[in-house]
Amino acid sequence: MESATESKETTVDMDQIRSQFPILKRKILDQDLVYFDNAASSQKPIRVIKSLEKYYTEEHSNVHRGIHTLSQIATAKFEESREILRQFLNAKSTKEIVFTKGTTEGINLVAHGLSVAELGEGDEILISEMEHHSNIVPWQVAAERTGASLVVCKVLEDGSLDLGDFEKKLTEKTKIVSIVHVSNTLGTTNPVKKICQMAREKGALTLIDGAQSSPHLNINVCDIDCDFYVISGHKMYGPTGIGVLYGKSEVLEQLPPYQTGGEMIKDVSFEKTTYNDLPFKFEAGTPNIAGAIGIAEAVRFIESVGYDNIFQIEDHLLRKAQEVLRKIDGIKFYGTAANKASVVSFNIDGVHPTDLGTILDKLGIAVRTGHHCTQPLMDKFGIPGTVRASFAVYNTEEEIYKMDAAVKRAVKMLK
Amino acid sequence: MTDTIQEIEKEIVDEFSFFPEWMEKYEHLIDLGKNLPIIEEEYKTKDHLIKGCQSQVWLHAELDGDKIKFTADSDAVITKGIIALMIRVLNNQEPKNIVDADLAFINEIGLKEHLSPTRSNGLVSMIKQMKLYAIALQAKLQDT
Repeated sequence: MESATESKETTVDMDQIRSQFPILKRKILDQDLVYFDNAASSQKPIRVIKSLEKYYTEEHSNVHRGIHTLSQIATAKFEESREILRQFLNAKSTKEIVFTKGTTEGINLVAHGLSVAELGEGDEILISEMEHHSNIVPWQVAAERTGASLVVCKVLEDGSLDLGDFEKKLTEKTKIVSIVHVSNTLGTTNPVKKICQMAREKGALTLIDGAQSSPHLNINVCDIDCDFYVISGHKMYGPTGIGVLYGKSEVLEQLPPYQTGGEMIKDVSFEKTTYNDLPFKFEAGTPNIAGAIGIAEAVRFIESVGYDNIFQIEDHLLRKAQEVLRKIDGIKFYGTAANKASVVSFNIDGVHPTDLGTILDKLGIAVRTGHHCTQPLMDKFGIPGTVRASFAVYNTEEEIYKMDAAVKRAVKMLK
Repeated sequence: MTDTIQEIEKEIVDEFSFFPEWMEKYEHLIDLGKNLPIIEEEYKTKDHLIKGCQSQVWLHAELDGDKIKFTADSDAVITKGIIALMIRVLNNQEPKNIVDADLAFINEIGLKEHLSPTRSNGLVSMIKQMKLYAIALQAKLQDT
């Protein structure tokens, strides 16, 4: 690799990283799999897969109230996972770490809570044009329920957030600002610390959608100083169906429960129920215990590689991909902000993204095509969708060249 | 006398058997798309869009005597090829035969297994829409 950095560990053993992902050995139509759909979901290292197997083989029971040994083991593992996630997000307390199904549930939980406890006629919810549908629709519903209005901050041509527009639209009426940390479609990394500071000055709460940031960036919720931060396990080498909602404890205390039932209660009588303490107030029913263990193992994987190395690998791939694809006639990139994660979204003149994606698949290359659950953003750019290649720590420069060759071959067929 | 749906299906299966490689199959499909009976501009409206496809597909059907004539278009060339195949099979057929067609050729030429799930769903929506048109036009025929 030619990208020299001052980091002491400039050479990362790619074979060692790749060997941890069994799926990378499989073939697609007799060809080596090139997996560039990481922004949709990343593949899983063997240690995550094994942690699930070990849990179900040796340690499974229901958590928290059991008196027997297995229940205590499962509880200890589950709560240990919460502690690992606390450290991962740099939160102050495990009370602030709520296990969810994923980012979508985290946002729904907050939007529901605020629509019961906080929002009303005349209030405003501020989001941006680059939000994923899961950071649009819950707020639309909250607005409909409460009479609040949804205000949308503009995105500039290069795919960065229009901070001038943000400043203009952030007013005393703004009750919550909900913005993505890293855009799934464009890769743009937003200045979330600054956004949260500006919001705080106006007295607004802040939620940061971290679905795409957690695989790439070291997250420090105290430094960002957001009220809520949400992540999904499956985007960061962990299992599906598990995620985390971080919330400042004083804010979570004020928020009413999302779902009700077992686990989340202190005392129940037919006259009155009192709710459990944080974080259990927000974890109704038997939680996804295996998922929590799996996401904690994914954190251990990320830490074993280190964010510095992850950044070095992915940033190199991003630059290489842009460099080689740029030479293709009629290519247009979407999302060229200076500060961005390893996502390349593009179209080629006269070629439909779905057609291109279909041919790439036949050549063993998994990319995503379509609107990437960001229809308003596609409408803004006036396109039906894009082809999106998103890179993870196990991808290689050689794979970028394979994609480049495959794109050229496909274009020849399709034009 | 038009060939029956089964006869045309068989013809397509034979035709595709000349292309064992997926790449050639797709090239052939793209070529077929170029001969698609294109929908009139006036019908290229939201009402004529088929839901469930990643690409946009417009489909129109009308009676020509007691047979149905389909016209269509898409912004994606592979999709256009698939519609062209469907239209080749179902065009100029009586509504009843369209409703009853099992369209087994799709599996036989390996289209369904080779198309991504989203596209397969698009194909399903496309067939459903063609059959809905046939049901509606059949009712219209019986009324007159």
